[in-house]
Amino acid sequence: MKNKTHHTIGEGADSIAILIYFVLVIVGWVSIFASVYDPSQPWFSFSLNYTKQLIWIGTSIVIIILILSFDYRNYETFAYASYALMIFLLLVVMFVGREINGARSWLDFGPIRLQPSEFAKFITALALAKFLVSPEAKPELLRTKVIAGLILLLPVLMILLQNDTGSALVFGTFVVVLYRERVLPEWLLFAGLLMSILFILGLGMKPQSIFYFLVIPILIIAVLVILYIKEKKPLVILAVLGLSVLLIGYIYSTKYIFESFLAPHQQERILVLLNEDIDPQGRGTRYNLFHSKVAIGSGGLWGKGFLNGTQTKLNYVPAQSTDFIFCTIGEEHGWLGSLLVIGLYLSLMIRLLFLAERQRDKFVRIYGYSVASIIFFHFAINISMTIGLFPVVGIPLPFLSYGGSSLWSFTILLFIFLKLDAHRGQQMERK
Amino acid sequence: MQDNRKWVIIGLFTLIGVIFLVRLFMIQVMSDDFKRKAEAISVKTIVDYPHRGIILDRNGKELVVNAPVYDLMVIPKQVAFTDTLAFCKLIGIELEDFRKTWNKVCAYAMEKPSIFLNQISRDELHRFQDQLIAYPGFYINSRTVRHYPHHNVAHALGYIGEVSASALERDSTGYYRAGDYVGISGVEAAYEKELRGQKGVRHIWVDNWGREKGAFKEGAFDTVAVAGKNLVSSLDLELQKFAEELMVNKKGAVVAIEPSTGEILAMVSAPTYDPNLLTGKEASRNFGKLLLNENKPLFNRAVRAAYPPGSTFKTVQALIGMQENVINAQTVFACNKALVKCHYHPTTDLQHSIQHSCNPYYYQVFRRIVYQNKLTQRDSTFEAAKDQENYREGFTIWKRYLDGFNLGRKTNVDLVSEVSASIPSLSLYDNRYGEGNWKFSNIYSLGIGQGEVLTTPLQLANMAATLANRGYFYTPHLVKSIGEEKSIHPEYTKKHKVPVDAKHFDLIVAGMRDAYRAGTVWSQAVNPDLEICGKTGTAQNPHGEDHSVFIAFAPKDNPKIAIAVYVENAGFGGSWAAPVAALAIEKYLKRETSKRFEWLKSHVINKRFILEPAPEPILSDSSSVPQKEEKPQPSPKKADTARIVLKEEKNLERSEK
Repeated sequence: MKNKTHHTIGEGADSIAILIYFVLVIVGWVSIFASVYDPSQPWFSFSLNYTKQLIWIGTSIVIIILILSFDYRNYETFAYASYALMIFLLLVVMFVGREINGARSWLDFGPIRLQPSEFAKFITALALAKFLVSPEAKPELLRTKVIAGLILLLPVLMILLQNDTGSALVFGTFVVVLYRERVLPEWLLFAGLLMSILFILGLGMKPQSIFYFLVIPILIIAVLVILYIKEKKPLVILAVLGLSVLLIGYIYSTKYIFESFLAPHQQERILVLLNEDIDPQGRGTRYNLFHSKVAIGSGGLWGKGFLNGTQTKLNYVPAQSTDFIFCTIGEEHGWLGSLLVIGLYLSLMIRLLFLAERQRDKFVRIYGYSVASIIFFHFAINISMTIGLFPVVGIPLPFLSYGGSSLWSFTILLFIFLKLDAHRGQQMERK
Repeated sequence: MQDNRKWVIIGLFTLIGVIFLVRLFMIQVMSDDFKRKAEAISVKTIVDYPHRGIILDRNGKELVVNAPVYDLMVIPKQVAFTDTLAFCKLIGIELEDFRKTWNKVCAYAMEKPSIFLNQISRDELHRFQDQLIAYPGFYINSRTVRHYPHHNVAHALGYIGEVSASALERDSTGYYRAGDYVGISGVEAAYEKELRGQKGVRHIWVDNWGREKGAFKEGAFDTVAVAGKNLVSSLDLELQKFAEELMVNKKGAVVAIEPSTGEILAMVSAPTYDPNLLTGKEASRNFGKLLLNENKPLFNRAVRAAYPPGSTFKTVQALIGMQENVINAQTVFACNKALVKCHYHPTTDLQHSIQHSCNPYYYQVFRRIVYQNKLTQRDSTFEAAKDQENYREGFTIWKRYLDGFNLGRKTNVDLVSEVSASIPSLSLYDNRYGEGNWKFSNIYSLGIGQGEVLTTPLQLANMAATLANRGYFYTPHLVKSIGEEKSIHPEYTKKHKVPVDAKHFDLIVAGMRDAYRAGTVWSQAVNPDLEICGKTGTAQNPHGEDHSVFIAFAPKDNPKIAIAVYVENAGFGGSWAAPVAALAIEKYLKRETSKRFEWLKSHVINKRFILEPAPEPILSDSSSVPQKEEKPQPSPKKADTARIVLKEEKNLERSEK
């Protein structure tokens, strides 16, 4: 039986992941419908987002069939070639791209607009996986780390040049993959985490509190460490003291770093998170965040009911069928609706990690981790921004947000992995 | 090792998910803050102002109505000017003013409507309404203001205005909001609750662009506005107009009451003003002018001026004397001018003392009342005089009678600004002179309505009504029916009896009849057909010439009207107040002025006791015929209107200087 060739498309593909995918897509479509539907307008029109999303969903199914029909080996074979093509398209878009919301990242094909940076994610993931499985890429070598870094940084740089900060940020999620594959040492991850936390605290706290709650504890810890270590060599003591002084210096320079490296509008987006009182009714930066929080917060436990959202339906929430689609769920379906959606995402991501871990082929595992991380990053940043835990960054919620490029790219991203996973029995072991 | 890293990543994913759920639980379930904010943002509360009740006179004529006015509104953002100058010409303003207003509305809000030009009249509007379409961003908004079709009755009706900050604070019901209109004086204030109706509230959804998107919760929290109730006033507009005309260029008051009901037929405080001055766009400017006018046109003398009643008071003194049994019809006192000065007339008994207004007579009457010189079988003034130090008891009894007549006390007329005036009490004199240190000689002038006795014209009119009724009165009031149900405040249907028996009145009434026919009233003012019973008064006062006072009712039997007239600083009661009263009574009873009184009427109208021009004139009434001002001397020329051309008046003043 094992040698029987596959006749059915998608046989062996993970049904749990596929099921969650379709549930999320349907939840997304219903939410888009709810946020766009206006009883005073005809409910069917090709110009409405929910009608268009139906087309995107339909075409996504075609894409799924295509992906599942291709030979699974092609994805690895053409990884570098696709990467090169992608870099070329990112270059092209910088010159002939269409500017939307300040980002020159769209290619216009008549009625359809595509965003090459959306597709850069899975192609980069494939390229990175292909590189890391190559025999010469030993994770502990510096050369490996540098090349892996370059593979990631090249698209990031080009996307940043298109002024699409949100999409560029997404590539930060590959840290998770690199961590899993031991390209990044453990301490670096925790050091990065510590630096981020200190940065936020340094920015948000008053100078006096910084002194009492950060500077003094750091000095105490330094003293304790010196007392604890057995070999009290002068050099070690000096190193510990030097490190703590560096940390304190870093804390006090956060404001300077913040102001000199971020554009004013970016600074504002961060500051509104730290200060609740900035201009609640105004039309400034605070506006989006405020109305988004009000919409979700007014949903209560059960929500206001399907099509009964007010803040979303009355257009107080911006971009409510795309980046702020979660507001409609939070407002109309309340905390329980949110619980369902967040539960679906967690299930999908953990299922993907499980699928990745069962691969014999390292290539598929690395790609699987990339898929899970990319979905996680979008999920984490998008919902954080709608509930005021992260600055407003324009990135979509996977499978839910309205938009062809976004739905297509996540579908391709996911189903390439599911296709690869379906053939795990045929793959050679590569570790 | 590998497994360890896998679990770190799974842990990270789960941690973020849990953080989200906790955060969502905090903002969605644990706090109502965002629910309230959501409604504050997306639900707009619209207040529907009901129609304020209108007021009719007793014959159904309109006293106060609501007239539409138009505001020119602008939404600056929508404005696209091609020719500013043409626009200014169209709406009739100067370019300079245009710029000022334009800058102001732009500073207020670019997207929201502001008033560009307020209270445009219907005529003005008709002039440019059609062409306004060429100026996007401008539109007309209509609302109503109070309007007085007749230009009279300023004081009794009162006026409305924006609710003051202090009134807002006092408003425990929370009904009013800043900017609401509220009755400030007169009937408008006294019947505020009835007139205003009940504001309605609508809650509607508004979207991000301020567009209305249907009722909030299907209108579950909405209330419908209830229109204010219409009032029917007891005033007779024709009489009121006539009385105002008579009082032009004079200071003083006229109050006429229907004795059988207590309904006020006319209430004039002179000088008056056109109530329309206090509506519309010039209201605050006009108010300032009226407030500063030295003749105090805003001051409602009818209920707020405390005047000495003068000799009109003798009627009550006589009644008290008879009831207390210290005098009777036969009591005669010599007109002893050594006690108090008097005019020349024969020695009188009680009835004739009223007719001739004998001062020494009432010196004696008052003396007997306070000393309680009760009449015995034979008149024994001499004997009773023994215990004459017991005046304290007598004085207290006297004051109790006056309380019964409601003199020196608020009548509780339906006006908020009424004062009580005053009848002195023992303590006043005790405080002034020390207990036991004052004697009759300190208070004797009370006997003739002078000294510390002060009453309002309304109280005197009520006294006249009491005399007409031979012993009772109804609380005077200006509103005879409220709303569709034609209700009335119950206190106005209650009969108040005075503590004097009805049998004592006939003698006084007869004296009053004689006083009018052949007593102290100027012969020109006598019309025997009218059966007027009256009493003159000449009230000495610290402000100059005596006030001319007259109270009266008519006809003698079954009286239809009781009246009190004050003409400040005009001298004898018989010469100015009595003619005003007689003319008003005739007007009310006969609905016209007889030939006999034609001359008297113009004589009264043309008399000026105010030398400078009356407050801003009343000239908006096109029906009034400008009348050339006569020199203040009797003249038989016809003069059937009080309206005076201000310009000519000014000329006159200049020529006098």
